[in-house]
Amino acid sequence: MAGLEIISDQGYRIDGRRSSELRKVCARMGVFTQADGSAYIEQGNTKALATVYGPHEVRKGRGKIQHDRAVVNCQFSMATFSTGERKSRPKGDRRSQEMSMHLRQTFEAVIVTELFPRSQIDIYVQILQADGGNYCACVNAATLAVIDAGIPMKDYVCACTAGFIQDSPLLDISYVEESAGAPFLTVAMMPKSEQIVLLEMNSRLHADNMEKVLDLATQGCKDVFAVLDRHVRDHVSESHALMTAS
Amino acid sequence: MERGCCIVDLGDTKVLAQVSGKIEEPKKNRPTEGSIIINLELSPMASPAFEPGRPTESGIEMNRILERNIRDSRAVDTESLCIVAGEKVWSIRADVHVLNDEGNIMDAASIAAITALSHFRRPDVSVMGEEVTVHSPEDRDPVPLSVHHMPVCVTFAFFDQGEFLLVDPNRSEERVMDGRMVVGMNMHREICTLMMSGGMLLVKEQVLRCSQIATVKVAEIIELIQRALDKDAQARQAGEKCGFAESVPTNKITTNRKEATAIDTTAAAQQASQVIQEAGPVDKPMSNMLVQAPGTVQIGEGLVNTWDVDDEDMESEEKEGREKSVTNGREAVATSKPTERKRPVKAGEGTVSHAEGSDSEEEETVMLFQGDDETKSTEEPDSTALMQPSNSDKPAKKKGKKKKAAQK
Repeated sequence: MAGLEIISDQGYRIDGRRSSELRKVCARMGVFTQADGSAYIEQGNTKALATVYGPHEVRKGRGKIQHDRAVVNCQFSMATFSTGERKSRPKGDRRSQEMSMHLRQTFEAVIVTELFPRSQIDIYVQILQADGGNYCACVNAATLAVIDAGIPMKDYVCACTAGFIQDSPLLDISYVEESAGAPFLTVAMMPKSEQIVLLEMNSRLHADNMEKVLDLATQGCKDVFAVLDRHVRDHVSESHALMTAS
Repeated sequence: MERGCCIVDLGDTKVLAQVSGKIEEPKKNRPTEGSIIINLELSPMASPAFEPGRPTESGIEMNRILERNIRDSRAVDTESLCIVAGEKVWSIRADVHVLNDEGNIMDAASIAAITALSHFRRPDVSVMGEEVTVHSPEDRDPVPLSVHHMPVCVTFAFFDQGEFLLVDPNRSEERVMDGRMVVGMNMHREICTLMMSGGMLLVKEQVLRCSQIATVKVAEIIELIQRALDKDAQARQAGEKCGFAESVPTNKITTNRKEATAIDTTAAAQQASQVIQEAGPVDKPMSNMLVQAPGTVQIGEGLVNTWDVDDEDMESEEKEGREKSVTNGREAVATSKPTERKRPVKAGEGTVSHAEGSDSEEEETVMLFQGDDETKSTEEPDSTALMQPSNSDKPAKKKGKKKKAAQK
């Protein structure tokens, strides 16, 4: 991999994108019948699956019950076949636990939990293929799943990564670009109000470049929102058409 | 345990980091790089909120931030840790223990970790063909790790949905904050890690402002670290003692001096004389006082002896004692006189029978022994008297008799 350039002279990346282009997003809602809400999303080669159960009664641990709002429970796991080498610990290692915690904090801030006191909402996310931007795919999939479940949220939550290589910011980092050691920023935000729900950064980025990268990530989230919103509206109008037709 | 140890006091928060190195096989996908492992221990010693066993979510988050801050930002060069490519590399491990949690463990832990890594010296290794020799510290001086830069974390606490911002929150502030942001930065103003979470909503300007504040703080902290490292290096060169025990301040007051101040006692003196005038005449002192020992007076008779000693035994002992006392009469006279002089006599009407007694059971055994050996009686004048505590009738009376016998 040492010979590959992240950005070629003409400004094309390894997968042929420009520096501020998102990867292709494919989404499906309502893929499972058992779950209250489910969604599947593909961002380039990264594939994620999310299911939502709830709101239902708090099953395990009476101590978790909150008298005035719902408890959000998230679990993140990566399939053993999702990475290039077989992953021996799909969940329970530190990385997965950290991701689960971030997901939970993200959705606790966005879901209107005050409407469902003493209940629990479960969000399970599984990565089927990991090619960079795992957390973002999870958040986007979970957003769609929560919408599919009919749980009210303050706004969509869209996530996107942005990196900085060779003095230029890049949008939507893939695995190859990640492992090249470039710094990248993961942002989860509510696109209409531009409020950041979660911010995470790896590797070294100079403080002066921070604003540029943050701006690009914001733009990326808005683009993701546009795609997801259009998909949700299409899905709802299809279901509506099916229901009224019969 | 000396090299690679760092203690950080951030207010009352105390954190200890220790670095150690081991030679291991490298990871399969990185055969020419060593590894840096950072482990954060939150033991119940630091705070009752921590439980032993599995780390809590917040513990894992802090551990991950530390790892990302130092490992993912390439603060320590891992290529230089390689000994034999594909076979032997150094695996450096930094264990950070929280000793006292008074808030903001993150900052303290990051300072401790990077300082300990800078302070650490690993044994020198030489490779000759196939042979690898690890030199002991006496053989060759240990070698420092190559630390490229020092990333330090700064924590911000947010209140009221981002309206108020506090740097370096303490424990009470942490418990009521809405959310937090951790910015890891180094001297060159490069952000090494950034983590904002906790269910709070922020805007871009707040994030940028935090990074600017972090720049200032990090510069101060790194200067402190450099000073501490230099001081330690100097102390080691001069041959002074250094290490954990020396660094903890003793906080002892060795001298205390106060100038004399004049106190006005006229008011107190007046009050005292008033009290004396107002007080009535002293009551008659009670009779039947027994002075047992200097400073001890018994008034009245005590209760029955409840020490599991039968009355018969007591009588037999009394007889023994009486006999012995008679034989030791002269000595008793000789010895009792000086003691009588010493004892402060509580004057009063009625008989004041001086009785010597002591509660020591040891004396009892000594007395028996003494009956055999008369010469030892002079050493313990008290032993000639009764050894039973004068809480009971019989011994007291016995004393009186004995004394009379002796004095005659």
